[in-house]
Order: sequence, then structure tokens, then C-alpha cells
Amino acid sequence: MPALGADMDEGTLVEWLVKPGDQIRKGEIIAVVDTAKSAIEVESFHTGTVGQLVVPAGQTVPVGTVMATITGTGAEAAGQPTAKPKAAKPKPAKRAPAKRAPAKRAPAKRAPAKRAPAKPGAAKPQEAAAVLPGSPLVRHEAEQLGVDLAAVHGSGRGGAITRGDVERAATARRLRVTPLARRLAAELGVDLAAVTGSGPGGAIREADVRQAAGVRAPAAQPARAGTAERAGAMRQTIARLMARSKREIPHYYLSNTVDLGTAMAWLRERNRSLDMSDRLVPAALLLRATALAARQVPQLNGYWEQDHFVPGPAVHLGVAISLRGGGLITPAIHDADGLPPGELMASLRDLVTRARAGRLRGSELTDATITVTNLGDQGVESVTGVIYPPQVALVGFGKVADRPWAVGGLLGVRPVVVTTLAADHRATDGYTGARFLSSIDDLLQRPEEL
Amino acid sequence: MTTEQARQTIKDILREVAPDGDPDTLGDDADLRGSLELDSLDFLNFVEELSKRSGRRIDEDDYPQLATLASGAKFLAGP
Repeated sequence: MPALGADMDEGTLVEWLVKPGDQIRKGEIIAVVDTAKSAIEVESFHTGTVGQLVVPAGQTVPVGTVMATITGTGAEAAGQPTAKPKAAKPKPAKRAPAKRAPAKRAPAKRAPAKRAPAKPGAAKPQEAAAVLPGSPLVRHEAEQLGVDLAAVHGSGRGGAITRGDVERAATARRLRVTPLARRLAAELGVDLAAVTGSGPGGAIREADVRQAAGVRAPAAQPARAGTAERAGAMRQTIARLMARSKREIPHYYLSNTVDLGTAMAWLRERNRSLDMSDRLVPAALLLRATALAARQVPQLNGYWEQDHFVPGPAVHLGVAISLRGGGLITPAIHDADGLPPGELMASLRDLVTRARAGRLRGSELTDATITVTNLGDQGVESVTGVIYPPQVALVGFGKVADRPWAVGGLLGVRPVVVTTLAADHRATDGYTGARFLSSIDDLLQRPEEL
Repeated sequence: MTTEQARQTIKDILREVAPDGDPDTLGDDADLRGSLELDSLDFLNFVEELSKRSGRRIDEDDYPQLATLASGAKFLAGP
């Protein structure tokens, strides 16, 4: 049972997506695990053949429990002296540089990505690879998710297929089920594949499962108890993690008010000239600037582990997302510094949708190297956050509001946003934090370069 | 689209983008974003869907007119 975030002690296996004898690749989704926060898709840490499924569906086990054995084959196993069955790694101890390796190759090649010239027969992945639709990263992702690139509509520059496009195509095919609905379906013996979802994006909700099972409203009683139970468990999880953060991390706080006049004007023009589906929200620009600033000031991007700072392998931007039933979850947008605003926006929308539909992947919950919380939509002026251990920085954005502002000796009205940084004083000093906040400010003054 | 149809369309979409809220309990002049706790992405989903079903482009400058059920219905039903 992997630790899907620093705040998890145990998990319940909801279902296996593989069976003994199956060939699996590293990064492939092999199981769904329910935690206090959400149902999570768990990726394999190894390439090989599934040996034995040790933990049966429905069982709750502590983090570190062996869930299945995987017999190593090929390159992955070459490093191991014997080909004896290797137990699933208890913890994703390594922050997965290997897992994300393909990302390193991608940025340089993304822009001129060639569009698949809709060849007949380009449907097979092997042949699709021959005509090079999308960047290597995108092709890798498509192959992993079993998506046919020839059938994907590209939303990137010049119609290039982006990772967001591939992931959307993949999720569109997969069942989307809320955690509660999933659990209920297991209790009632309902086959989810036969249920029509009425939620956003066709997500299957509790009511859909009840309807499929022919269960009427009276059953709402235990359901409510289940929701309350989950809300309680989530509060406890958040309580433990946040208490640990405040106990262990000597936070220091900085804030800066950023003039967004140029950025908002640029955004407005951009949104007016483009299709509605390409529209950006201000939050996407703020995230983009944060990701780039984290690259410029890498001392804030990473982890505090065993009394020293470990730099993040890339900028995996954690985003605090409030869940409908209460509580929050902070999944990461992988390699956010390599995503132009449009792709970042697509990733953000995809992440929010999946977080709320209970379809996050394990790596998204463990990989974040720095986290952003944006409470602007809730109308607050500023938010000073609590760091997510083992990360060393948390960036907060308040609402974008019109304020009197002095520019060039004159007083005018400008949209401004208060940007804050909570950082771990063990890892950095205020001077470094200040450089980070001023980087964000500088970047937002040149939105066309973002 | 009549005002009543527009009102119904808005409610239908709100039910999809905010499955936990009940648009039927909303007052005519209640602030949609505040009452249903829609964030900027939810609101964008709402606007996109509204545009799709009404067949008209909705610019950011039009957002203020989508603040409430009453103003939104009037906007959609308008010329």
C-alpha cells in the first residue's frame, strides 16, 4: 500500500485492475485505492508480470503492506541480481525522477509537434508512432493510456496534440465514478459498467448506483452516515498533517501586492479573440507565473527530508482544490513549468474535474514539489498558507480586485492581487523567498511572454 | 428562446456544473456564483455550456449579466 501523500496511514483496496499473469508497465494504473480523502488510481512502480494479488478488494491495510507481487522482466529487472518475485514497493520513496523521465525530452520539441496526417491505418499505436503525431512525451502518454492519437483533436499551438488532449481522450473513455458511488456499488453488487452517470462529464454518482440497484430513497440514511464518516476522516487527515506542519516547520511569511493591469488587459484581449474553449482564467496565469518562478528560484521547489533540502526533479505544481463535500485535496500538475498557459489551463480543468469525480492518480498526490492555494474566488484579499510537508513552500493568491494604485507618480485604478509565500525557514531564508515573490511579479508584468 | 425556457436552461446547466447545489431553491436575484459556490472554472464550464445550448458566443464582458437567474434569463432570451 503506497503512501498517497504525506497524510495517509492506511488505505482500502477498492478494486484490482489487473490479474495474475498480466504484463504491466511502470506507471500503468493497476488498482483503485480509497483513502480518507478520495478514491485514487494507483500506478505500478515496476514493469513486469503480476504474480499474486495479496490484498483482496474491500480490505483496509496500513501503508507499507505488500499488496501484490510483481515478477520483474526486461530492463527493470536487470538491475536485480535474481529474478525472484519482487514485492510491490511499500512507499514511493524516490520522488520518481525515473517515472517522469520522458518529460525532460518534451519541452524543446513540443511547439513544432507534427500533426498526424490522418493516414488510413494510423490507428495502431505502432503505426501512429511512425508518423510522429505529438511530442515524444505526448506519444508516451498516449501509448500508456491506450489512446489513438490519430483520433485526438489537438488544442496546442498549430493544432499540436497536448498531454491534456490525450488525458481528456483517455478519461472520456474511462468510467468516472465518485468515491461514494464506487463504494455503494460494491456494497450493492452493482456493475458500474452498466450504470449511466448523471454527474458532470458523465460521472456516476451515488443516485445513479441506487437507481441501477433498484434501491429507493430510504437507503439515504446509511448513505448520509457514510458521507459524514468520510468528512470526519478527511478532517482528521487534514488535522494530522497540518498539525505536523505547524509543529515541525518553522514557517516564515512574505507578501507582495502585484499590479495585474497589463496581465488582465492581455487576458481580456486574448480571450475575446479566441474560441470560448480556449479561454483562460486569471488563475491559469498566476499558476504559470508561479511555476516559472519556482524554476528560477529552485531553492523553494522540493522537499525537506532527513535534515536537508532535496530539490524537486521538476516543477510539479500542487494545486489546492476544495471538494464539494468539504475538505480539500492538493494534486499536482506535472512539469507545470513546461506548459504554456493554454495547456496549464487544460491541465487545471482536467485536474479539478477528476479530483471532484474521484479519479486522481497516485503520482498526482505524491509528486507535488510546491503548492499553490488560490482563494480569490471566495473573495478573500489574501491567504497565508500552511506548508504541506515535506514540501518547503506554499504560495497563496487572494482575489483580483480593483484598487487605487500609483503608477509613474499618478494615482489610478488597477486590478491587483496579493501574493503570499509561506516558506520553510530550515530550507531557505527570507531573502530567497523575496526573490521568488519578485520573480512572480516580474513575470506577470510580461504576460505575452508567459 | 423565451425567458422561461432560458431560466430552465440555466437551471439545468447549473445542476450539472454544481451537482451538490439545488438551483430550484435559488431566488431570482440571488448571486449564482456566491449561492452555489462556483469558482472561476465552474463558472467557465457554465458559460461554455450556456453558449453551446443557446448557440451564441458569450464574452467575458457579458459575465455581469449572468450574475443572477433573472438577469441571465433576460440576457439569453434577449435579441
